[in-house]
Amino acid sequence: MTTQLFRHTGWMVVRQVRNLMREPIWIAMMVIQPMLWLVLYGQLFKRVGAQGPASGSYVEFLTPGVVAMNAFFGGMWSGMAMIADLDRHVIDRFLAAPTVRVAIVLSQVVRAGITAILQALILLLVALALGVRVHGGALGWLVVFAGAALLCGVFAGFSHGIALLMRKEASMIAAANFVGMPLMFLSSILVSIALMPGWIRAIARYNPVDWGAHAMRNAVLTGGHWGSTGVYLALLVAAAAATSLFATWCFRAYQRSL
Amino acid sequence: MDAIVAEGLRKRYKDVQALDGVSFAVREGEVFGLLGPNGAGKSTTVRVLTTLTQPDEGRAFVAGEDVVRHPNRVRGSIGYVAQDSGVDWEATARENLLLQGRIHGMAGKPLHARVDELLELVDLRDAANRVSRGYSGGMKRRLDIAIGLVHRPRVLFLDEPTTGLDPEARAAMWVEVERLAAAESLTILLTTHYLEEADRLAERVAIVSRGKVVVEGTPDDLKRDLAGESVTVELAEANGQVAEAERVLTALTDDVHVDGQSLRARVPNGAEAIPRILGALDDAGIPVAAVTTARPSLDDVYLHYTGRDFSSEDEAGK
Repeated sequence: MTTQLFRHTGWMVVRQVRNLMREPIWIAMMVIQPMLWLVLYGQLFKRVGAQGPASGSYVEFLTPGVVAMNAFFGGMWSGMAMIADLDRHVIDRFLAAPTVRVAIVLSQVVRAGITAILQALILLLVALALGVRVHGGALGWLVVFAGAALLCGVFAGFSHGIALLMRKEASMIAAANFVGMPLMFLSSILVSIALMPGWIRAIARYNPVDWGAHAMRNAVLTGGHWGSTGVYLALLVAAAAATSLFATWCFRAYQRSL
Repeated sequence: MDAIVAEGLRKRYKDVQALDGVSFAVREGEVFGLLGPNGAGKSTTVRVLTTLTQPDEGRAFVAGEDVVRHPNRVRGSIGYVAQDSGVDWEATARENLLLQGRIHGMAGKPLHARVDELLELVDLRDAANRVSRGYSGGMKRRLDIAIGLVHRPRVLFLDEPTTGLDPEARAAMWVEVERLAAAESLTILLTTHYLEEADRLAERVAIVSRGKVVVEGTPDDLKRDLAGESVTVELAEANGQVAEAERVLTALTDDVHVDGQSLRARVPNGAEAIPRILGALDDAGIPVAAVTTARPSLDDVYLHYTGRDFSSEDEAGK
């Protein structure tokens, strides 16, 4: 049963990644957008941000933040793929076959996570060219990749749940914006905790986006605080599990509605 | 043995009783048609039989397995071609088929050989490695059918296989289905709201109306049971006289049905009835433009058993 789950999930991931690779615009967006953010925000907030917990340039401060932002938005929008599959009745076709049910949702979350890791890699390479150093070394790189995948997974689970409940693109876009924008600004993605008003700081503590940003910032900027980094990653694992369960529950609700 | 058995299936969606006790049986190797207008319950029946949804009441067996208790066993032995195409647009025909085969536990050379065979069978070999987004409606439909056949199912469900196709593609699809039924020795359950389609393809049909099977049999038997012929009277002038004409015909014939300026009815013998009908209408002072008789069609069968005109109910169902 478990091997079946892995195999089916694997085939579904291959299908989705292959389909995405056929969209040149999507690839361009995936590569260019994060770089744009890094360069643009790097300029925009140059004078604001650098008063972080560690020394270094603002770009260095910003890099983990942009990685987190990308992973978070990538996850948030990943449910659109589910809506496309629902619209084209691909899901129903899989359901009438002996497909492992969980694989249909799980593969989407895994695919989103893989995308987030690829984007994190691109971002880190661009950041290196801009003079950023990953102070955490090899472990630091790993933490960035894990953080990106997990953060993306948290919101991919959420996004797919919403997609399965709403089943309409327009509603999905509205929901993603409604939830996404506040979560981004209620985190330390762009500015250091030290610069935030107290109430935002209080809220940010419970924001998974902030957990991811913190873990990755530890890995890039300080190359230390591994204890707290571990706690943040563990929190992300728990949150990703919770939203994946939510997505699975929504998938059952969809099946019942047939 | 029966390949499909449905016993008293009931299913309610909020305020709609989609199935209200559907029962029928399909013999192995048979092409069976579920015939009825949109909203009659055909697609819901198929969704129950393909394990996509569970009935509130009743039981169903497909290929000998209970659809509620052993859904995965059923899934392994059926092919399902839904009303709406399930083709993955971003994938090629070959990729669509390979994935479906893998889900059904096929792999390696046998899978690739089967995929090649099917691409040939549904005439998609030249397009096999092109992304299916660019396919025509007919090509997508043929790919859908191939997807339903990859794992050599024992039972194939074709839900409205020609809806949305132009007449030419529809005729081609009929030839296709006939060929498949012979080549793959399948049991096929076909739903349609095209009477000619059921007449042409199905060995037996069940007419579904408002969530129930109202009659079941071969198209010929059903037509023969409706002894006699159908008479259509076209009135020459307008409105007030339609009701009057209906009264006249009701006295002389069965199953009178009004559709605008024309009235349809059933009589034992057309040649004998026409003079009497014309005489009676003349006595009533109703001018007639034309009278025709015909052997009963499935349309007449439908009208007889449901009391409703097929095409008009179909419009209402949309």
